[in-house]
Amino acid sequence: MEFLQYFSAVLTPASLLFLGIGTIGGLILGATPGLSPTMAVALLIPFTFRMDPAQGLILLGAAYTSSVAGGAVSAILLKIPGAPANIATALDGYEMAKKGQAAKALQMCFVSSAIGGVIGILVLIFLTPLLAAWALGFGPSHLFWIAILGVTIIGTLDARSVVKGLLSGAMGLWIATIGYDSIQGVERFTFTEHLDGGVNVIAALIGLFAIPQIIEMLEGGRTRKTIEVLAVERHSIWASTREVFSKLRALGIGSVVGTIIGLIPGAGGQIAGIVSYDQTRKFSPNRDRFGKGESEGVVAAESANNAMVGPSLVPLLTLSVPGSPTAAVLLGGLLIHGIFPGPDLFSKHAAVAWTFIDSMLIGQILMMVFGLYIARLAARVVLIPPAILAPAILVLAVFGSFAVQHSLSDVFVMLTLGLGMYFLEKVGFSAAPMVLGIILGPIAESNYVQGRIIAEAGDGIFAYFFTGGLNIALIALCLASVAYSVAMEVRQRRLARIEGGAP
Amino acid sequence: MRKSIAILATMAALALAGAAFAGSYPERPVSLTVAYSPGGATDFQARIVTMVAAKKEYLGQPVVIINKPGAGGKIGWNYFASRASTDGYELAAYNVPHFIAQSIKFKTKYNINNLEPIANWGADPAVLVVNKNSPFNSVDDLVKYAKANPGKVTVSGAGLYVGHHIAFLQIQKATGVKLKYVPHKGGAPALKSVLGGQVMAGVNNLSDSYRSRANLKILAIADLQRDKQFLPDVPTFKELGYDVDDSSVNFRGIMVRKGTPKEIIDFLSARVVEMFKNKRVAKQMKIGGSPLRIMTRDEVIKMWKARQAFLQKLLADL
Repeated sequence: MEFLQYFSAVLTPASLLFLGIGTIGGLILGATPGLSPTMAVALLIPFTFRMDPAQGLILLGAAYTSSVAGGAVSAILLKIPGAPANIATALDGYEMAKKGQAAKALQMCFVSSAIGGVIGILVLIFLTPLLAAWALGFGPSHLFWIAILGVTIIGTLDARSVVKGLLSGAMGLWIATIGYDSIQGVERFTFTEHLDGGVNVIAALIGLFAIPQIIEMLEGGRTRKTIEVLAVERHSIWASTREVFSKLRALGIGSVVGTIIGLIPGAGGQIAGIVSYDQTRKFSPNRDRFGKGESEGVVAAESANNAMVGPSLVPLLTLSVPGSPTAAVLLGGLLIHGIFPGPDLFSKHAAVAWTFIDSMLIGQILMMVFGLYIARLAARVVLIPPAILAPAILVLAVFGSFAVQHSLSDVFVMLTLGLGMYFLEKVGFSAAPMVLGIILGPIAESNYVQGRIIAEAGDGIFAYFFTGGLNIALIALCLASVAYSVAMEVRQRRLARIEGGAP
Repeated sequence: MRKSIAILATMAALALAGAAFAGSYPERPVSLTVAYSPGGATDFQARIVTMVAAKKEYLGQPVVIINKPGAGGKIGWNYFASRASTDGYELAAYNVPHFIAQSIKFKTKYNINNLEPIANWGADPAVLVVNKNSPFNSVDDLVKYAKANPGKVTVSGAGLYVGHHIAFLQIQKATGVKLKYVPHKGGAPALKSVLGGQVMAGVNNLSDSYRSRANLKILAIADLQRDKQFLPDVPTFKELGYDVDDSSVNFRGIMVRKGTPKEIIDFLSARVVEMFKNKRVAKQMKIGGSPLRIMTRDEVIKMWKARQAFLQKLLADL
């Protein structure tokens, strides 16, 4: 209960001011495509140089928390996820916006983000000592199977066609191999120097989602269609909150899956949203409505990606091992103030450490309040006529993909992938499985290669990858996921045949 | 105002560098390309050592860090050596032995002949670490076990042809045993696999290992002398009787592209060394756990050449 003592440190005017700046800044940065939470935190670190350590960390913690939720704003309103963590939010969120429920989708997103986020921070506060060692136990073989578990989701992510989903995922896996392989340093598929650095996930994400959207908006030309805009129904905050709490299954699955995936170093919180979206759909009686504007999908994805924030700091704060790219950036922010995370962090720098954690807890609530406040205003973005919106998004897309690593090559890659995706969408493919492939490819590959090297020195590849409780449990999960998808597909086809519809 | 600063800067330059040159360089902010991602050790230290650049007695202009990460630094350095301007407004951070080893082992656009060092700010030696619960208590224990089980001892490090890998190759050569190197995506994940027990040992940065020392045993340091500031009790490999020198030490500093006018190189090399010696820089580096080692341009030129010759021989055997 030590953390309760330090709430007073967060509730001073100066700290609250930084908390507010961090939260609003994080929401805006997060909502900008290309500015992922990692970038948002990195951008703010120089501002903390001259601050008092606790206040600097409050700023960074608040920005981390709210930029994760901020990424949902563009996912819902524009179908452009602000960061990979928000991909699953776009699937149903944008469909809701198209039905005029943009305000409702945003409100539900912020409420479920806050709930997931608070659960994640509570896990960080109470279970850190227990979980830190457990989280470190995940080796290459386990991470390999986790990535494969992600791959099993690819086919069913796009509700329209399993085959096209898998094909698109396979293309993503191939795209991920372009560039230098990070373990062996070998060049692959780099026929132009623009591909030397490989395909950056953020640039790919922007291209695959934003460019087809922009072209579609402009396609209408100067016809009536371009003047028509989406409606925004008014929706009360109270009703949204009640609806979130009625989706307990989605909230529960989202928070638990997000927490577990957040804890595992190297798994990447990027897939937390998608895995819990998929799990929620599998357990939901309304599974057929997913992808068509089902609010449960938004709740699952957003509670998961914020639940991941707290646990992702567990290995960092106790063992000084950053488990995610954002945690690595935060480590830099801590070191600059002479604070060494590690076993004695909570005894040596108790005040700073607890103030930081408490501020993230309060930050979750503050993020929800600000988010709900701006939801109705932000939702009006969909009222902007496409002829004006499309160029604005294009500018953001180019700016965002350039900003990732100051590289014009990333802009070219973004535009090329986006143009390709536009044509692929015409024949029924979709972007989400491809991005998932791009994210999972390197995780699966590098862990397989590392695992193989370790296994060769030990008991051989079979023993390394297929024995041990954790490996077997993960393999069982993979098999169950595949079996479930096959069963659903078979059942759907049978139903279609009985109804006499097209096969 | 700007003119008077320029005049002052010129006069100071004349006094300091002793070289006369016309113009008022630098009259706008200077960029520093870092070939690694934000938050990493190189980025973090580059930000610290350049934070006082805007002072009159140093550059008189702020330094803006630009991160171009990817492929172990190759992306950023390839860009720098082929496309950066040579007017002194684009600087880059170097990591030795990384960039030299890469230029020997891969087709890169950079090598020590098309880059000009300005000054060195830091040196992070590699250390050999094992998990706290490991049965190995010394380098000898590890060598004894590896002799009985050749190729069975797994050792993690950050990627191929970086300081950790060079240290690994030297350790293997000096001890005469066969070990198994497991490359990772960076120093942090490599250290994680030692802490998590996925590998039996690791070669890692002194600074990062020092922070995790509660969960590690640091067996030896791959440098010519002990680190008195952070790890005074850890012996060097030489003291233990193994022929491992400081060739794997990760030197960090600032460089420009070849073709930059001599006056600008002289100006920068005089001013930047002084900037690294700034008290605030030293203090911030110390609390960040990062060892400072300031070297002048001439010293760095010698060091680059020595590394080039050494690495060519070491890597030719592979």
